[in-house]
Amino acid sequence: MNNTNTVSIAITGSGGSGAVTTGMILLKAMAQAGFYGIMSRSSGPQIRGGESAVLMRFSDHEVYSHDDSFHVLLCLDWLKIERFADEIPLHGKSLLLGDTDAGEIPGILTEGGAESLLLPFKKRAGEIEGGRSNMIGLGVLAMLLGISADLMKKALQEIFGHKKDRLIIEASAACIEQGMKLHPFTRPPLTAAWQISHAQRWNISGNEAAGLGALKAGVRFVAAYPITPASEILEWLSPNLEKVGGALLQAEDELASINMIIGASFGGVPALTATSGPGLSLMMEGLGLAVASETPVVVVNVMRGGPSTGIPTKSEQADLNLALFGFHGDAPHIVLAPTHIKDCVFTVQWASCLAEQLQTVTIVMSDQFLGQSRAVVDPPQDFSMPCERMTPSAIEESYQRYELTENGISAMSIPGTPRGMYTADGLEHGPHGTPSSMAQDHLSQMSKRRDKLLKYDFGERWAEIEGAGDTAIVTWGSVSSVVQEAAQRLRQTGITIRVITVRLLMPLPLQAMKSVQKDTKRCIVVEQNQSGQFYHYLKGLDALESQSSSFARPGPLLLRADEIVAFVEQQVKHD
Amino acid sequence: MTEIVKPKDYKSAIKPIWCPGCGDFGVLSSITRAFAFLKLTHEQTAVVSGIGCSSRLPAYLDTYGFHGLHGRALPVAAGLKAARPDLTVIAAGGDGDGYSIGGNHFLHACRRNMDMTYIVMDNNVYGMTKGQPSPTTAPDWPSKLAPHGTGIRPFQPLAIALSSGASFVARGFAGDPANLTRLIVEAINHPGFSFIEVLSPCPTFRPEQKEWKHAVRQWQEDPADDPVAAAGRIHADDGMSTGIVYLSELPAWQPGSEQSTSIERLEQAFYV
Repeated sequence: MNNTNTVSIAITGSGGSGAVTTGMILLKAMAQAGFYGIMSRSSGPQIRGGESAVLMRFSDHEVYSHDDSFHVLLCLDWLKIERFADEIPLHGKSLLLGDTDAGEIPGILTEGGAESLLLPFKKRAGEIEGGRSNMIGLGVLAMLLGISADLMKKALQEIFGHKKDRLIIEASAACIEQGMKLHPFTRPPLTAAWQISHAQRWNISGNEAAGLGALKAGVRFVAAYPITPASEILEWLSPNLEKVGGALLQAEDELASINMIIGASFGGVPALTATSGPGLSLMMEGLGLAVASETPVVVVNVMRGGPSTGIPTKSEQADLNLALFGFHGDAPHIVLAPTHIKDCVFTVQWASCLAEQLQTVTIVMSDQFLGQSRAVVDPPQDFSMPCERMTPSAIEESYQRYELTENGISAMSIPGTPRGMYTADGLEHGPHGTPSSMAQDHLSQMSKRRDKLLKYDFGERWAEIEGAGDTAIVTWGSVSSVVQEAAQRLRQTGITIRVITVRLLMPLPLQAMKSVQKDTKRCIVVEQNQSGQFYHYLKGLDALESQSSSFARPGPLLLRADEIVAFVEQQVKHD
Repeated sequence: MTEIVKPKDYKSAIKPIWCPGCGDFGVLSSITRAFAFLKLTHEQTAVVSGIGCSSRLPAYLDTYGFHGLHGRALPVAAGLKAARPDLTVIAAGGDGDGYSIGGNHFLHACRRNMDMTYIVMDNNVYGMTKGQPSPTTAPDWPSKLAPHGTGIRPFQPLAIALSSGASFVARGFAGDPANLTRLIVEAINHPGFSFIEVLSPCPTFRPEQKEWKHAVRQWQEDPADDPVAAAGRIHADDGMSTGIVYLSELPAWQPGSEQSTSIERLEQAFYV
């Protein structure tokens, strides 16, 4: 990933100030101007309104992570700004924009030496009927970024298009124009040297992408229990699932939602639910049932800060141990992690296809950053992949649902199929499904459930491998984009780096994992949690070939490329 | 030519694990009689259960079955019915399974009023774990886990089903298979959530329940379609009256699903 030609902008404001709307319009306008970008949200605990921050990064190429610091911070007011100060680092060349009438600039914002510029947002907005300060501020940002008033107006119309009141659009457009005239910036626009792309692009969040991936795989039943930050997957699926002939059922709790998708899948319909840590904890017993009864199901777990209720609105990769090891008994299953926002489409599609083919559980490890951030990207590639559940063709009288086969996969009869009647069971069973506590049945069925995963060829997509060098960085999930940015910077200093982004966390293809580390001398595992969960998992599997170390730190602050660079440099120097 | 359908056609080859004299045998035979009466297509019928003695029932039937987790029969059944509205779906289990660990699902299954039948075999005891008090156990029944009795008033299944929105509420007795069969037939025919609480004696841990056969009687009145009247009848009763106490034509719920577009069309919404 090329990390030149990017600009980072943050917008903050208290409840009702319109920071999020301002960001949405700007992202749209930048997309229509031919650029790429991402937009993440950080908000307080309030149900409605409350202070919020929008973190944006624009570029002339796809970008999936945030920079170490921000070029511009637009503060619509100073209220509760201290809550966001850690999330929006400024530097000596940053520009801090504030309102002349908002009072004194809090010291916490200027201690890094950022240049500050106070402009009369509120005053100018007051001169326009229906005018609002955030739109004046947006005009200033448009000016800094070199976006024309026409493009801003077009974006406005699309964002506000559903509002019948024309006044809002006209007043906002007038405010943006006023904002653009507010200050005569002498420097060229921040995008002056950028390539403009005329390619068609998408504006999609990771949660929407996850929903789309599910539909592409053929998921036609979803059970839903709301939870932050996963609800948008369910909310996107609800109307869209219906339009492609599927059904969504709102559950009374996560114990119900996991069992509902098991029921639907038993009925032959590919099924999925989405949740976050507390919900995944409640689902563990049901997931074990799906493993034992060999009923295909997918859970997309959008991680948030934990343990317990933790920080529902912020990101962390700390549910890995639960997803890998949370089951009672030996319960072979699949755990995948998307590598960036757009990859949620592919990874969730693959997850469902694997669940169907292998008649097992797949857990997908997304997180708040991946799920709730939006990205302007090239449209995702269309992947076709085998997705068929094996069902019996002609059933004879002696049908065995859990027949012991060479590859461990046995034909699953679907209700409605004559002579295919059986009782699926969470009790250990023999090949017919009859409950059994005999050693022979337990050992053979356990082997069946393990071997069907071990004998399956997961192919090349188990990981993304980038670059070559002495140092391997192994990573997973949402932090992989920032790891790639760090690797690129390290390469510029002469440190050679191979980045191994693991998508198939379990079962980890051990031989392949070792072979991609063959020529490396040291290995650093990067992840966003306190205890180095992935690192210890890899160590336990003896999957790290060379001298290894762990760079793990908890959320809620996003990992920054500079801290990864510093850690790697120290390791390299140390050797 | 009419094919003769017999109850035993619906029995599987698996022999029940139940104790001799268990009420659940009567429920199993009433279910197979009802299936035979309705001439249910075997492969279009699915029986879902949780965990407990009575939850072993699906394996004893020659239909599709799902023997899931303790307390979770109803969500499995709801997911199955939502995904496959063409199937006849029946959930079955015991009092501990349905009223204790699965209590929340019971409320919401009643409220959702999906077209399925729920049969609870109530013996006022956890039998599979050897004799602990259940939600329907009388407060003064001594057991190892509660030597002085629970001291807690029992759960009222019919009243709770009614107040939660079930559109068919009934009580049956395992020792009266003729009437229980009729109840099950009517429950399956009812378009909505039909709930049958079945008094099903446990000869092993509650031998005194052998006396139930002398205490049960039938409700003389027709089923009420007014919930207030039904509630009055339920509360005035000693728990031994059988029959349908409440029957209403509340609309059965089924999630909507009609294919009207393609995924390619949905993707158009993401273009900038």
